[in-house]
Amino acid sequence: MPRNSVDLTAALARIAGPGHVRITTPERLTYSMDGLPTHRRLPRVAVLPGTRDEVVEVVRLLARHQIPFVPRGAGTGLSGGALADEAAVLLVLTRLNRILEIDVANRRAVVEPGVVNARLSAATVPHGLHYAPDPSSQSACTIGGNVAENAGGPHCLKYGVTANHVLELEVVLADGSITRLGSAAGEPWGPDLVGLFVGSEGNFGVATRITVRLTPVPRAIRTLLADFAAVRAAGEAVSAIIASGVVPAALEMMDQSCIRAVEDSVYAAGYPRDAAAVLLVELDGPSPTAVDEESQAVESLLRARGARSVRTATDAAERERLWQGRKKAFGAMGRLSRDLVVQDAVVPRSALPDVLDRIAGIARKHRLVVSNVFHAGDGNLHPNIAFDSRDADAVRRVEAGSEEIMAACIAAGGTITGEHGVGIDKLRYMPLIHDGDALAAMRALRRVFDPGERVNPGKVVPVHACREWAGVA
Amino acid sequence: MGRGRVSIENRLREIDGRAAVTAAADGIPRVAPDSVNGVAAVLGAARESGWRVRIEGAGSFVPPDAPADLALATTRLAALTDVRPEDLVATVQAGIPWAGLEAELAERGAWLAIDPPGSARRTLGSVIATATTGPLRAAFGPPRDHVLGLTFVTGDGRVVRCGGRVMKNVAGYDLAKLHSGGFGAFGVIVEAHVRLRTLPRADRTLVRDGGRAELLDLADELRAAGFAATAIELLSPGAAGRHDERWLLAARLAGSGAAVGAAENALRAGNQWTALEAGAAHALWRGAAEGTLRHPVTVRAGGLPAAMEDLIDLVEHQLDAGWISASLESGSLRWSGTATAERLRHLRRELAAREVPLTLERAPWAVRGAVGHFGAYREGAAPLVAGLLRAFDPNASLVTAVAAEDRDR
Repeated sequence: MPRNSVDLTAALARIAGPGHVRITTPERLTYSMDGLPTHRRLPRVAVLPGTRDEVVEVVRLLARHQIPFVPRGAGTGLSGGALADEAAVLLVLTRLNRILEIDVANRRAVVEPGVVNARLSAATVPHGLHYAPDPSSQSACTIGGNVAENAGGPHCLKYGVTANHVLELEVVLADGSITRLGSAAGEPWGPDLVGLFVGSEGNFGVATRITVRLTPVPRAIRTLLADFAAVRAAGEAVSAIIASGVVPAALEMMDQSCIRAVEDSVYAAGYPRDAAAVLLVELDGPSPTAVDEESQAVESLLRARGARSVRTATDAAERERLWQGRKKAFGAMGRLSRDLVVQDAVVPRSALPDVLDRIAGIARKHRLVVSNVFHAGDGNLHPNIAFDSRDADAVRRVEAGSEEIMAACIAAGGTITGEHGVGIDKLRYMPLIHDGDALAAMRALRRVFDPGERVNPGKVVPVHACREWAGVA
Repeated sequence: MGRGRVSIENRLREIDGRAAVTAAADGIPRVAPDSVNGVAAVLGAARESGWRVRIEGAGSFVPPDAPADLALATTRLAALTDVRPEDLVATVQAGIPWAGLEAELAERGAWLAIDPPGSARRTLGSVIATATTGPLRAAFGPPRDHVLGLTFVTGDGRVVRCGGRVMKNVAGYDLAKLHSGGFGAFGVIVEAHVRLRTLPRADRTLVRDGGRAELLDLADELRAAGFAATAIELLSPGAAGRHDERWLLAARLAGSGAAVGAAENALRAGNQWTALEAGAAHALWRGAAEGTLRHPVTVRAGGLPAAMEDLIDLVEHQLDAGWISASLESGSLRWSGTATAERLRHLRRELAAREVPLTLERAPWAVRGAVGHFGAYREGAAPLVAGLLRAFDPNASLVTAVAAEDRDR
């Protein structure tokens, strides 16, 4: 009976082993942040179970004593979603990192939640298959975290986000019971419980076994880099490509500030430093002839919309280099300042040029350095704000600027997050896009899975803004 | 049922003077509001009065025969509210007939890449609520993958707007998923924001007939070789409209001219495929979709692609092979025919033992009320379904075949 933290720690150690419970302050500090530097919370204790059964035992122990807990993967999230406070136990799932099955014939894989995203593709590429969702943090983030956040990535433009790739889940609910949602083929047994669970930010339980769809590795790939003298022209080129009917595998944009950060870093990709913006466009398919033809059509569109140059990667190494610059852009921006807020919002694609202008205006108004690197084909913006978190005035300006950026995206018909989630960071924006009934419906849904609201408490739904709902106190 | 038709009709006219109130085929009042607030008012009155309500679209797929005090029809909520071809998004009311929606989108060069079974009169709401799509599921996924946002009214009359009009959205839980395949158990879908695609520049269908085993082997070979089709469907002789014993393997290739041309060349390298003219291709796919309605019962089963032969064997053994359409990419199989409730329950148990879910898409109430659209839940899932019903239809106002046994758990 854990009457206090000492008892709780001992009970957790009996389950996971004494080497897998973190109790000292320096140890817990490791888990006090995720990828967003503006939020910091110290968990009561962190436990790292090594098996599904240990997860179940831990959750049942916490259920018996009504102790809140927060599931966490690699901690690469960007919304403060995997932070636990002094009342809560952090359930770290990185030791559950086995790829349990690769079913080549049915193009499926079964993994534990702590499997790193890129590792799954590395294991399946020899079979001609890959796991398509590819967040920029894919070399570190876990599939379990991807499920919680419904993660995206550059290639989700063609292949869909995490929700489109998860077929079946084994989950441990807040009371420690185990259930399986969905089926190996993706057909639900009833209502789409997998669809509800994916993207629930850890509020509905802990996924302990995940079956995902694998996608054939395309036989032909063409990667184009187009540079523009004006951001607006690049934004208009994005709309033109989408309207043409060609569906690129990826369509990414970087502005000048981002380009220069990348080019000044070890990830330099040969982007033109004087460009106002570059578009990275990838086309793929089973036939080189068809991909070449689509690639030529896209190149014509890019030039017609004002691209100064369009460069096509000539080999895999050059393609890799172009992509490394894009995927490591967030890391490269570490050169700009001590801290970086990676924002996330989505707008209708046709609104991109105007919204980018608006963001530039907000940056000027608040004296902020904002760099844009984002999934332009989806309209999924990532304005990155460089700042120093020790400077209280800078922090205030970052907060004010972020809020105005969100408001601009909402006004353009968009939303406050496309792939990073709400977590703690965007709780305050939720009432801007959802009314009291919608928020109450979300809370009612959450309480079906977790009646006591003990799993990852205080995230996603701002309880104070919910209208009254039958059965929900 | 039968709580006084006239008094219900009078009450309906009081709460929504604009709503059309007529009599349904079984004599109960049918109310057709023309606004989301009208739907909310009807369900609010149902909550207060204890009425049991059945939801109707065009009544062409799931029969409008559930015993209820009144029918709530979406037929006057049938507008294509907004289309943004440049953003590939449309906002559509739930009662719009499928054929009309398709035609209006095509005029704007856009396409909602779902090919639902059933009549072209079916409504968008019905397609979403039953999560029914046809061969295109292989390339574009089930209806849930096309829904960006929804407006729905809960069983007790609350209006909930969820999701949005953008391609990616994780601002809160995805409530729209509750209604895609929910068979109306959690509320009435009133309007949806849907994801469009550009109308394909080229759209070709090639077919090959033969014995079932031979065609399954061929499909396996194509899959193993990495051949990518928009759809590759195996149709039983009855589903293909044939009068002999030969099955049909049909490949649909849709996209840019270059991509379709390359795929067609790859397929025809074996020289045994026949390309259909556009009219014949349309007739084949339309015939397969509408063919489901020639029989009173339609089910779908979701198995693994590599186990499709076993799945067909089982369905053939337990039911028959009269009308089968099998997607060899997604592993999804649809069967239409005549079956008793007992036979369907037995099949569901047999399939569940193989980890294959069976969804009863449509049947007369006597069958679907007894069998349920869903069943054979895995341990732990049934309480979740019951909880969802309590949360979104707390007074059990909505009459659906998903609700009866689940509500008691």
